[in-house]
Amino acid sequence: MPLLAAPLCLLVYERRFAWGISTGLSLTALAIAALLLQHTLADGVISYELGGWSAHWGIEYRVDIVNAFVLLVVTTIASVVLLYARQSILGELYTGRIPLFYAMYMLCLGGLLGVTITGDVFNLFVFMEISALSSYTLIALSQERRALTSAYQYLIMGTIGATFLLIGIGLMYIMTGTLNMRDLADALPAVSGTRTIETAFAFIVVGISIKLALVPLHLWLPNAYAYAPSAVTAFIASTATKVAFYVLLRFLFTIFGVGFAFSNMLLGGIFLVLGLLAIFAGSTAAIFQDNVKRMLAYSSVAQIGFMILGVSFATTTGVGAAILHLFNHAIMKAALFLALGCVFYRLGSVNIKDMCGLGREMPWTMTAFVIGGLSLVGVPLSVGFISKWYLVLGALEQGWWPIAAAVLLASLLTLVYIWRVVDVAWLQCPAVRRQPVVTEAPPGMLLPLWALILANLYFGIDTSLSVGVAMRAAEWLLGGGG
Amino acid sequence: MSHLIGHYNYWIVIFLMMAGLYVVIAQGNLVKKIVGLNIFQAAVYILFISMAKIEGGTAPILVDGTTLYSNPLPHVLILTAIVVGVATTALALALVVRINSAYSSVEEDEIHEQDQSF
Repeated sequence: MPLLAAPLCLLVYERRFAWGISTGLSLTALAIAALLLQHTLADGVISYELGGWSAHWGIEYRVDIVNAFVLLVVTTIASVVLLYARQSILGELYTGRIPLFYAMYMLCLGGLLGVTITGDVFNLFVFMEISALSSYTLIALSQERRALTSAYQYLIMGTIGATFLLIGIGLMYIMTGTLNMRDLADALPAVSGTRTIETAFAFIVVGISIKLALVPLHLWLPNAYAYAPSAVTAFIASTATKVAFYVLLRFLFTIFGVGFAFSNMLLGGIFLVLGLLAIFAGSTAAIFQDNVKRMLAYSSVAQIGFMILGVSFATTTGVGAAILHLFNHAIMKAALFLALGCVFYRLGSVNIKDMCGLGREMPWTMTAFVIGGLSLVGVPLSVGFISKWYLVLGALEQGWWPIAAAVLLASLLTLVYIWRVVDVAWLQCPAVRRQPVVTEAPPGMLLPLWALILANLYFGIDTSLSVGVAMRAAEWLLGGGG
Repeated sequence: MSHLIGHYNYWIVIFLMMAGLYVVIAQGNLVKKIVGLNIFQAAVYILFISMAKIEGGTAPILVDGTTLYSNPLPHVLILTAIVVGVATTALALALVVRINSAYSSVEEDEIHEQDQSF
């Protein structure tokens, strides 16, 4: 459906209509996703065969708890960011390009939803490229010229990643003769000892890790996030990597199976090391950034490390914590980037030096930033606390004390870089006279921001929805269902 | 030995793949990088197409007297993948044009220098 909206936006070519169409559609998609989740929680799997071909030959759409949950996350963020984008992109894009922005945004959303919902691995590749190509364009739309080079860098890395995935899919097809995820899962154990499948597995994992920006394949991410328009950053940061993460889960658990991925290929150990590396490298790099957007981008690298760490446990608690963190990180990162978008809208810069004393001039925005930041650190009563709690719990279940300690230590590193911003915005330089005077961001931007912040707090206090669903999804994945 | 020659198509694939990837990594020129990327993708197309061929099989059309067909599905997949590849190349070239007008250079190191001087 969003795919349908994209050409519509282009045809209309008028800013307000284009906005209306895309917002309307993404809200509809949100409603559908919520219904789907409710349905899968009650009845289990929904399957839909495209064009009436049976699943073995045609393309099948398949929804279970895991992807219904991811669909809900993606559509929620997409809708909130769109509400926000209406005003924020006025300041960041040339007016003529705004309908193009909505068209690309819809394409990207359509691609991401397609990746999530599909039950066919080749179809997944195609949708992934749809969303990737449109996100390169979205990044390049920014007025900053460095956005161009970072979009180019992202394109090269992204295409290599996608091609790796394609090679892996090809090798699997050679061995099994099927592209349907369920059939693959049935056919793979018979041939899982062969070199071909091991190679396919390696290609797929590396390919997805590039898309996911797992250390050491994360180099495209900080630049791409830092120079894209704010609304785009908020959207991509909280959806694209999440969907890539979902794809990883899908391949590991549904298609290859836990036994193969973790005992034959020793992926648990590899992911454990890379996850920890990502957490520490990302957080340390974030501390030394002056551009706050870049700082948050590095922090995203670290948060992806947390999710990978959760997966590496390969237990229900670990994987559940990873899925939970997927949801929580999406809402808190989107909130933080939206807050920065407000700052950029008024200030024209997100450099930490220019943000001196900003807490007094834009109190609502900066309060939101502080709450979002605390959530990122993992202070109790915020969502960040919940997912870290389960992650530590997962580590302790395995008896891995040092890892639990490492997670806590990493939270302290997070506190360091969030505190830098808080310090500058509220405590230092009391009376700066700015010319022209900086005022609070317009309500059209503040409302979506605060909606996310309140969601942050709400899911930090009432965890029954998010935790319940995430744990059931993890059980589902580990139980080999799908 | 027959093993080596019998699978010559895979050797071509591997050679092209490595050559393409090497160009992407080693070249500083943005346009040449795209060329490398294309070679890399072409290697994957050949991988898919060559696996579809069955010895003695004909094109998958209903003709009297033949029972052995090549597998048509990989061709269809690659047709899609080629479209994706073309779109990627077009977008990459468009980006290079924009980069060229912003920096008046398509060499990676020169662009990097200009960014540092700010």
